[in-house]
Amino acid sequence: MSDHEYTPKSKFGKWFNDRLPLLTLANHLTDYPTPKNLNYWWTFGGILTFCLITQIVTGLVLAMHYIAHADMAFDSVEHIMRDVNYGWLIRYIHANGASMFFLAVYIHIFRSLFYGSYKAPREIIWIIGIIIYLLMMAAAFLGYVLPWGQMSFWGATVITNLFSAIPLVGEGIVTWLWGGYSVDNPTLTRFFTLHYLIPFLILGLVVLHIWALHVPGNNNPVGIDVKKPSKDTVPFHPYIVIKDGFALLMFMIVFAFFVFYTPNILGHADNYIEANPLVTPAHIVPEWYLLPFYAILRSVPDKLLGVVAMLSAILILAALPWLDTSKIRSAVFRPLYKQFYWILVADVLILGYVGAMPAEGLYLLVARVATAYYFLHFLVILPVLGWKEKTLPIPLSITEPILGGSPNLATAKNKESLNN
Amino acid sequence: MKKFFRIFSLVILFSGFLLNIQAAEKIEYLKTDWSFKGLFGKFDRAALQRGYQVYTEVCSSCHSMKYLSYRNLAEKGGPEFSIDQAKAIAASFEVKDGPNADGDMFTRPGRLSDKFVMPYDNVQAAQAANGGAYPPDMSVLVKARGGGVDYIYSLLQGYEDPPAGITLDDGVYYNKYMYGNKIKMANQLSDGLVEYSDGTIATVEQMSKDVTTFLMWSAEPHLESRHQMGFKAIVYLIILTILVYFSMKRIWSRIETEV
Repeated sequence: MSDHEYTPKSKFGKWFNDRLPLLTLANHLTDYPTPKNLNYWWTFGGILTFCLITQIVTGLVLAMHYIAHADMAFDSVEHIMRDVNYGWLIRYIHANGASMFFLAVYIHIFRSLFYGSYKAPREIIWIIGIIIYLLMMAAAFLGYVLPWGQMSFWGATVITNLFSAIPLVGEGIVTWLWGGYSVDNPTLTRFFTLHYLIPFLILGLVVLHIWALHVPGNNNPVGIDVKKPSKDTVPFHPYIVIKDGFALLMFMIVFAFFVFYTPNILGHADNYIEANPLVTPAHIVPEWYLLPFYAILRSVPDKLLGVVAMLSAILILAALPWLDTSKIRSAVFRPLYKQFYWILVADVLILGYVGAMPAEGLYLLVARVATAYYFLHFLVILPVLGWKEKTLPIPLSITEPILGGSPNLATAKNKESLNN
Repeated sequence: MKKFFRIFSLVILFSGFLLNIQAAEKIEYLKTDWSFKGLFGKFDRAALQRGYQVYTEVCSSCHSMKYLSYRNLAEKGGPEFSIDQAKAIAASFEVKDGPNADGDMFTRPGRLSDKFVMPYDNVQAAQAANGGAYPPDMSVLVKARGGGVDYIYSLLQGYEDPPAGITLDDGVYYNKYMYGNKIKMANQLSDGLVEYSDGTIATVEQMSKDVTTFLMWSAEPHLESRHQMGFKAIVYLIILTILVYFSMKRIWSRIETEV
């Protein structure tokens, strides 16, 4: 991985490193040449790592006090909130942490979309990222079931029932998932087990994600390949470490505000009512971060096709490196793509909004148009744009514009893009 | 620096957008100033104690409060009755205990460690006594209703004669804040229903406010320490952020580029 050989200074260090090159790894991580023009959108990778660790640590403590049993789960959560020392803090960090995690991952994904970070040679990083995102959604859904409130129970019922859309074996699969003929205690215990497992799978994939990143190195706002190491790059430590740290602290302020001042605003009130199989809530809605996909699901009148549309909406992202035919990575040099990018952002936000609303009347119509546009963007607009679009001239290196006389054109360009 | 303000404001905007989704279904509830709202929000001790009185004398004949123990009444951040007062309150309830050495169940006066005594033995008994409707447990009630405290406060004062054209079955009442306007709980509060020991005049409005404050505490018993810790945590984070910002500027000044 590293461009230069590393030899530890101490004799013991050398002895150890010859047997297990941990010190070489540490050296690689600190020296790792990073493009110096990375903007703050690039800090969300570090923020996401923080989110994952926070979820694992708080989750570990919660699991010590939580009881995965249909008759006791709700009570045990209240026990955590009332009687466990700082249990309320740990639970609110965990519950809001999930939302913060998704907020960060959406910014991370949309940064990738803007700067074309999924393009060659970074396809594998991107695909691992999509798998992580899928696992995150699974973990979030499973975790939402655990408090065993009304939304937990009915959310679990709705989502597991989606599998019944599969022809022939659907019903059988649903019974197998439930461990019975309805969502009940066996469902809760297995959901708890899986909810505990998935974060560690994510952790493993995050290691692969970073490993795959360190082979070609970071993309950058200009989207051109940089020579490493060169005057275009800075060592990861201390430059990127302090910058990521600064951004992380900003993020933590927002996080803390939610935890301490509006800890329940992102959840649904019905989840403070204990699960009751005999009473269906008026509106069953998922957590905000799943709403765009929920809107896509509901916008298709046929159940099976709805499920297919929802899954395709996520899986289509994995094909993105091949659907986007443009050789230019950064949207900064793609005037048309830049406009379509912001339309896509608006489209996804609209899908999220209608996903929270009842599926009827104008909301349903808007959801259908937005769903159609979502697929149109990836399947038609992106491939065609790659062939038709007239791109702006790209600089040869990050530092080149400076030599050309203009003060850091790359940053200027990048600012311009944020203004649009 | 400008860039990062943009990011920050985007994050804030996005959060605002999320809050908007939540707020979309809001109905206009009666407003009152809650002492526990805001960055330094604290409970009004006297209101909590009065609210407890309303709960025991009125609500508790039907509504349980299963997650609360009598010891909570003396804990910091709550109604803060003295230990002796809380002991006396607990002792005024008969608690079923057992089995004893002979295998028999028996009743004894309550202790601080006991949970609040339930008005009914089980859900079925509660339903049978209330025309089929289960009076919900009130421990986390304000968090379990969309409008929160404003909703409960309004509901208690929202009883009206049904508008023309709406006929109500026996045991069903009209309430303008209830979802669907039909509620199986009759109007419970009337002026002077309880006699407050601190001399406060027990108007319906006053009792609604007091008991809702009590319910907010029962749902969020650690609200005060949460607010206090939150303020410290955020101030700490802001100071640290500023320090890290200047360190970052210093470090990045070694190379010619803008952070």
